[in-house]
Amino acid sequence: MKSAVVLLPGLNRDRDMIAALTKISGHAPATVWQTDTEIPDVDLIAIPGGFSFGDYLRCGAIAARMPVMRAVAEKAAKGVMVVGVCNGFQILVEAGLLPGALMRNSSLKFVCRQVKLEITNANTMFTRRYQPGQIIRSPVAHHDGNYFADAETLARLEGEGQVVFRYAEGTNPNGSINDIAGIVSDKGNVLGLMPHPENLIEAAHGGSDGRALFEGALGIAA
Amino acid sequence: MIKARITVTLKNGVLDPQGKAIEHALSGLGFDGVGQVRQGKVFDVELAGTDKAKAEADLKAMCDKLLANTVIENYAVEIG
Repeated sequence: MKSAVVLLPGLNRDRDMIAALTKISGHAPATVWQTDTEIPDVDLIAIPGGFSFGDYLRCGAIAARMPVMRAVAEKAAKGVMVVGVCNGFQILVEAGLLPGALMRNSSLKFVCRQVKLEITNANTMFTRRYQPGQIIRSPVAHHDGNYFADAETLARLEGEGQVVFRYAEGTNPNGSINDIAGIVSDKGNVLGLMPHPENLIEAAHGGSDGRALFEGALGIAA
Repeated sequence: MIKARITVTLKNGVLDPQGKAIEHALSGLGFDGVGQVRQGKVFDVELAGTDKAKAEADLKAMCDKLLANTVIENYAVEIG
């Protein structure tokens, strides 16, 4: 299974994402730059975290309108898996590939800590290596992770099982509605989440709770 | 040249933690009777040409495509 990582000015977790995908799949991912209009033939496209375009206007707003995102949208429409982490999640909602919006944390503070996540849907390409209801650990580091969607959208997300990660055990770090930490698209092939599973994939990280997400998506045996 | 001002505000019902913090800070400065404060953004845009109807249509398209996130924000266009 092949992967690609989207690079944009201001991202700072791109190296982490490339390292995680390389270690887990055994192959370095392809990289695509913001102005690229074509993405190589891959199974998974990852949009890493950071502060693309300095978070100007709104987090992810400028990045979402770059040529590479049109290419990502075309791939997503064909069923290619796309995962956006942190700023990557913000970019996906700004690009309209996922519903809702990510607003300033309710505490108004940047949060950098470990949280607990409940796997609320283990029946997706991204979560199939977890158990339903399983609680995993994951780092978060963001200022704008407060997920919001109108009542109708929220009801649809909850009803269709599109909420796949929820902050568990009182660890919601940002005021996100319904403790939402990560959602998938209606077809299930686009995932956005604020936590950083790529930063918890080996013993040196203090745990490997995030590893199964990439193993599931890439179809790699644990 | 046409000069326009676009005001982007949060929709009613969308939580505004920044507005809340400003509200508290104003009270802390001794301004009594401050009710709800909602914060937003202002864009001053200059456009070539003199066709105000076209300018208004263009500015609204700019808001829909980039300047506002219509999931959470409303916008108003004012042409000077």
